Amino acid sequence: MSVTGPKLQPTLFELSGTGRAAGRRIPAPPADALDRLPAAARRAVPPALPEVDEASLVRHYVNLSQLNWGVDTGFYPLGSCTMKYNPKVNEWAARLPGFAALHPLAPDETAQGTLEMLWELERDLAEISGMDAVTLQPAAGAQGELTGMLVVRAYHRARRDLERTDVLIPDSAHGTNPATASMAGFRTVNIPSAPDGGVDLEAFRAALGSHTAAIMITNPSTLGLFERRIVELLELVHAAGALAYMDGANLNAILGRFRPGEAGFDVMHFNVHKTFSTPHGGGGPGAGPVGVRGPLIPFLPAPRVLREPGGTFRLERPGERPASIGRMRGHVGNVGILLRAWAYIRAHGADGLREVSDDAVLAANYLRGRLEADGAFEVPYPGPCAHEFIASGAGLKRATGVRTLDVAKRLIDKGYHPPTIYFPHTVDEAMLIEPTETERLETLDAFADALLEIAREAHETPELVTSAPHSAPVRRLDEATAARQPNLRWRPENRAELPRPG
Amino acid sequence: MVYGPHTPDDRSRMLAALGISSVDELFEVIPPAVRAGAIDLPPGLTELELMARLRTLAGHNRVDLASFLGAGVYRHHLPPVVDQILLRGEFYTAYTPYQPEISQGTLQTIYEYQSLLAELTGLDVVSASHYDGATATAEAALMTCRATRRERVLVSRGVHPQARQTLETYFAGPNFVFDEVPLATEGPDAGTTDLAALARLLDDPERPVAGVVAAQPNVLGLLEPMGEIGRLAHAAGALFVAAVEPVSLAVLAPPAAYEADIAAGEGQPLGIPPQYGGPYLGILACRDSLVRQIPGRLIGMTSDADGRRAYVMTMRAREQDIRREKAASNICTNQALCALAAAVYVAALGPGGLRDVAATGAARAAELAAALADAGAPRLHPGPYLNEFAVRVPDAISVHRRLLHRGILAGIPLAELEPGDPSLTDGLLVCATETTTPEEIELFAWALRDELSAQAGVPVAGIGEGIR
Amino acid sequence: MIPSDLRYTKEHEWVRVDGDVATVGITQHAADQLGDIVFVELPEPGRLLTQFATFGVVESVKAVSDLFAPVAGEVLEGNASLLATPEVVNSDPYGAGWMLRIRLSDPGQLEQLLDAAAYEALTAEG
Repeated sequence: MSVTGPKLQPTLFELSGTGRAAGRRIPAPPADALDRLPAAARRAVPPALPEVDEASLVRHYVNLSQLNWGVDTGFYPLGSCTMKYNPKVNEWAARLPGFAALHPLAPDETAQGTLEMLWELERDLAEISGMDAVTLQPAAGAQGELTGMLVVRAYHRARRDLERTDVLIPDSAHGTNPATASMAGFRTVNIPSAPDGGVDLEAFRAALGSHTAAIMITNPSTLGLFERRIVELLELVHAAGALAYMDGANLNAILGRFRPGEAGFDVMHFNVHKTFSTPHGGGGPGAGPVGVRGPLIPFLPAPRVLREPGGTFRLERPGERPASIGRMRGHVGNVGILLRAWAYIRAHGADGLREVSDDAVLAANYLRGRLEADGAFEVPYPGPCAHEFIASGAGLKRATGVRTLDVAKRLIDKGYHPPTIYFPHTVDEAMLIEPTETERLETLDAFADALLEIAREAHETPELVTSAPHSAPVRRLDEATAARQPNLRWRPENRAELPRPG
Repeated sequence: MVYGPHTPDDRSRMLAALGISSVDELFEVIPPAVRAGAIDLPPGLTELELMARLRTLAGHNRVDLASFLGAGVYRHHLPPVVDQILLRGEFYTAYTPYQPEISQGTLQTIYEYQSLLAELTGLDVVSASHYDGATATAEAALMTCRATRRERVLVSRGVHPQARQTLETYFAGPNFVFDEVPLATEGPDAGTTDLAALARLLDDPERPVAGVVAAQPNVLGLLEPMGEIGRLAHAAGALFVAAVEPVSLAVLAPPAAYEADIAAGEGQPLGIPPQYGGPYLGILACRDSLVRQIPGRLIGMTSDADGRRAYVMTMRAREQDIRREKAASNICTNQALCALAAAVYVAALGPGGLRDVAATGAARAAELAAALADAGAPRLHPGPYLNEFAVRVPDAISVHRRLLHRGILAGIPLAELEPGDPSLTDGLLVCATETTTPEEIELFAWALRDELSAQAGVPVAGIGEGIR
Repeated sequence: MIPSDLRYTKEHEWVRVDGDVATVGITQHAADQLGDIVFVELPEPGRLLTQFATFGVVESVKAVSDLFAPVAGEVLEGNASLLATPEVVNSDPYGAGWMLRIRLSDPGQLEQLLDAAAYEALTAEG
């Protein structure tokens, strides 16, 4: 099944008509309600917002939704994104009025349910990761990274160790890692990967020194491989007086098998929208809690959630922990998202979570095995992978001219969301495939079949592949013009420039 | 497994295909020294048990109080149509629209969100959203430094303390500095940005200012002289950032009208429930000429190979996955589902509806101000406000507690909002919206009158407590 | 076809000299690698550049690349037409797609650059 059929939609502005009354939502205010405001402060021209009746509004959005692809639609093997099933009980939970209607500045005594849930979640994540404490404040994985690196910065500064300016980052890292290092005031030093996909230990050793603040490692790596030399790496880092940060994006591969804090990492972030099933929302919101070992606890963002001896819960008071790096965002965190993660963990328990990783790793290896056996796509790192693996279309491109991009677009015609492509940058014509644990075996086989069929098409009818997709609501887009002459908001003139659909 | 489909038979078949006998073999790469020990978590709950536990926890939160609490997060009527649309799996279980051909739903809804906020702010470039108002304000301040190549920002104390604290955190890495501009303490402009102080802070040739940040309405609910603040900023070669509340933009002059270069704001009031702090919506908008400086995603309109209108993430080369250590920001998300909520909310209300929400709040707030003044708690400041204001209440923290036990959430004590400012011990910040009822106002006023007269009648020791 | 009258850098910039004015751009090879170019960021006139320092950035739809000055000097002007039509860098990189004009401060620096044959060899390997 692919995303076809429903027509494209005009914009809300084109559906608008004066007097199309959006409905009597609230009683009319008194006519003089705003008279007491000085004229200079008031809006001279009302905003030209659309007026659409509710029925048309609903059709607009329902039809738009049908142009989309979600986990609820079908297989979504995006490497490094962990597109697992989003449990519906979590949606019910987040909408309970007791949780949804609670104001973040309400007194602690009125928020005991949420505070208890947050406190438990902090402990759950600490336990899962072998860390000593967790902050739930960061609004996203990337913000978690920034939080972690600011904690690293604070730690070194508190020890008057002011020469630690560098962060070592493998060249296969996600772009957020070096971007985060820059935002935290560090210089990025790129470490090449060894031929087996792990960190090049010699290059690493050479770069490490008294100027090193930290290393940022994704483990398992973005190549889907567990870092075999992790023990040596961590020993070297600590011997140099630096800290070890783990990017926890790939935690789905190691639940119950590897606890970063226990192994020696000092700080890490979690992506609850990956490992802990909170929905991706079309690009957010997520949350990026951060775990730390004991020595870094004083620097965590404020406020933390505390439990009193009597069993009640409260937020830390301002100034209660002066070494804190401060506030990363408003309020205590993306609580609505965190609640969903809490529920996911409660539904699984330790055994359930370990089974999640077992099944995720098994499924990825099974799919890797299918592609390795065929050979149409190279698997640059053969042998056991973690929860995802890299395949390459470099050979196919040499033989037929068909690129990984084209293969990805053709997968859409076959009824699949494409995997991650051209990441990590260290592999030519890369496809990063992560099936997750919530896909049926039949789906995995059908996906492998589809990929291999496209490889055959690349040889026999390449045009079919290079001009794909054919069955999506739109064909390939003119991204060059979109970037050169950005049209970032609706204007009435747009009506004439680009045809109104339907 | 809890949510997955694999039967023991499936697992056997996969293991057999791999030629291994146990999944443990796939984890052998983990060095023995660092293999996990037992993890201590409560055992997995069935759905029935999970839901019962969740109901219990939710029941321990008090959401039944008569609430006058705002301070950046506002209780509004949420049309049920918003949540119905958010519940469509194709929206909420979708990923970032990196494959535009099968993401036109997400892409168009975000483009529409950008367009709606462009109308409200008057600024043509609106990002696909930031984490929340506080981080949007911090990033706006960083934008002014990048755009002007200066390193110092001025932030009015009228800007929400959480935004100021977040800005402080974000300024640590790049070593930028910021100074706070005090609020006037007396006269008709008391509680708003002290323009004379602002002028003095701007007048330092050794330390030129990149940007000036002020809020409208400000954290005390008061209307600021945004035009004048902007003029002072621009005269000194600085950019002007307006921190705004989106519902108010239906009736107040928007950032473009007073020449703001950048607007930042908390989008929670647009159809997003309070949820104890998030996920919310960071509004970030700027003039065309600053488009290359704005962090975050941008959705643009374009055409496909057949000439159809279509939408795509654009100007991607600004973002972290391409620029890496040279990216302006590491942000790798937008609050897509929250932006969708805001767009549906604004569309569901329509221009008249949004205006009515703002105007009704203003009307209720005026009634509240009169009732509280009558009860012995007059406004602390004389200037105009929209739907939020501060009132004088001696020993506000204790009074607030006692009102809480009477079922009233009497806003927030100013001393809690801005700790460390001794001049604020005797103030409560309160607000009203279209959801505030006359009965609630009456209850609050009556209870407050009761508390204040009890306070006045208390013997000497009690009065001493109040002065502390 | 690499123009034979130009000098080249290892980072794929070219330079054409006329008296003491040097015109700088990027090669067809670089433009092809980048794909559809969407934006070029250039320095203000008057700015002083050192040899091989970055002077700007070129963005395509999916990539970004620093621009390195082949020679030192003072920036005279940037190609303003690139703002409206950056795509001309893809279609005519050695002509209308020029990026920068610099007043050369040290003509001797040209010796350090690659000639057409050397650049040809470099891109053949890559």
